[in-house]
Amino acid sequence: MSSPVASTVGAEGRRERWIAIGYLLPALIVFGLFIFWPLVKSILLSVQGTDILGNPSGFVGAVNYTRLFSDPDFLQVLWVTFAFTVLTVIPSIAIALLIALLLQGRIRGVRFFRTAFALPFAFSVATASVIFGVLFNPASGVLNGILSHLGIDKVQWLTNPDLALWSVSGATVWMQIGYNLLVLSAGLGALPEDILEAARLDGASGLRLQRSIVMPLLTPQLFFLVVVGTIHSLQSFGQIKILTVGGPEDRTTTLVYSIYEQAFANNNSNYGYASAQAMVLLVIVLIITALQFGVLERKVFYR
Amino acid sequence: MKSRRFANLGSYLILGVLFLVVLFPVYYGLVGSLMGERDTNSFPPALWPKNGIHPENYSKALDIIPLGNQYLTSVLQTLGITLGQMVTSALAAYAFVFLNLRWRAFWFGVFLSTMMIPFESIIIPNYLLISQWGLKDTIAGLTLPFLATGFGTFLLRQSFLSFPMELRDAARVDGAGHFRFLFSILLPLSRPSLAALGIWSALSAWNMYFWPLLATEDPKHQTIQIGISQLQSSDSDSPGMVLAGVMLALFPTLLLVIFGQRFIVRGLTAGAVK
Repeated sequence: MSSPVASTVGAEGRRERWIAIGYLLPALIVFGLFIFWPLVKSILLSVQGTDILGNPSGFVGAVNYTRLFSDPDFLQVLWVTFAFTVLTVIPSIAIALLIALLLQGRIRGVRFFRTAFALPFAFSVATASVIFGVLFNPASGVLNGILSHLGIDKVQWLTNPDLALWSVSGATVWMQIGYNLLVLSAGLGALPEDILEAARLDGASGLRLQRSIVMPLLTPQLFFLVVVGTIHSLQSFGQIKILTVGGPEDRTTTLVYSIYEQAFANNNSNYGYASAQAMVLLVIVLIITALQFGVLERKVFYR
Repeated sequence: MKSRRFANLGSYLILGVLFLVVLFPVYYGLVGSLMGERDTNSFPPALWPKNGIHPENYSKALDIIPLGNQYLTSVLQTLGITLGQMVTSALAAYAFVFLNLRWRAFWFGVFLSTMMIPFESIIIPNYLLISQWGLKDTIAGLTLPFLATGFGTFLLRQSFLSFPMELRDAARVDGAGHFRFLFSILLPLSRPSLAALGIWSALSAWNMYFWPLLATEDPKHQTIQIGISQLQSSDSDSPGMVLAGVMLALFPTLLLVIFGQRFIVRGLTAGAVK
């Protein structure tokens, strides 16, 4: 930091250091109170028992954690979370990619289509879930209405144990398409025109051009979406609370929903056990983030 | 040439099908909010209003839940979080770019780490803290945990970095202090990035679900998002009214996405700081 205003040395310089801390301070106070202190508190809660009123009842060591991994219910929670993540991340990226590639061609009304396809992005988890709740309604919902025209019996979208997770995932895929499309369209828009032109001159076109030129150039965006989408899916809560309340038979109880259930539903106040689950969530997300920064990023094609 | 035209036709066809499927929930949300029970509760249900348009769905939705209150709560929460994030991010980004900050790399890491911790994993202590402070059912309880973001700080930092140093030094020579330089020169010149931050903050604040569900109990103090999700469970016999509530909650963000797309795209990649 060399400033032509020769005052950043000596007393003046020391003053500026304090001023700098002062400018960081408002954000640091918020982070300290609502991120870092709660983080410490979560770890502390996770190694304590909890009494009926929800107060910590003393140090129990790793008991909450050993209970977690011997609890068949929790193993199911992990499986559901994994399945939900796979069922949402991959289809939502694939569909968005298809739309983005189609919109990239010389198609009339591109601007209209772009805006229209981005609309799901405006929906909150609550607004989208309530609409899907209406569509999924077994007695009078549109989905069963359409199926009835094809001669198919009414489907219990949200109460059939084998189907509920698929239905909630389907709604979630819809919620994520808008964001994925924005990222991929931005990536496609920034593709180097000279490379595309050179490939066209060499006779590459259509699918060949997409597969051999466009896709490799898009890998940074696709990789980014896999990471962000996975973390986003792991954090999903609203659609499960609104559509299935974790059921039927806990078959849609994901990790975050399980934390909510243990800590807050029916005045359970089981903060110790719920905090141990929260730490599992934290560790999973941190591992994925570390993967992003470390190992995998090097294999992605950057120019 | 013939095969290309054929391929083009195929593209339009696939795009058309995708358009119908992806936009159907949007269409049905809007049209359904105007349909009466004769249309929505018959089987198979109508796909457009066959038996007249029923705008009274909207007034019914407003009657059943204290939607007026909830709208105001959502607006205040969104304004508070958006303005708060803009101010704390601008100050912090200024320190990172223009001030002689010691341990810069360390503080950078601190800000970066806040983006890696999922809020759901620390939501229990936050809930306990807000309850302990007696802030449940208040705007303060809804906004305080979100008044600063690493995302916003890095977004503005990126924009500040491209600010010409000569201009900055000229302003300093003319006697503008840090505070005045930041607020009357730097920020006005960083409007596109500020707008991007503002739109992202507003979208995420308005659309929040988990935290307001915990931080409020009294229906009068709940946000619109919680309100409409309870509208659904309180009256599943009137989908039209439920969808009317949804449309009311959706209106502001729909406008933001349609008219603010440019700024949203600008903020997309700022989250991925290297």
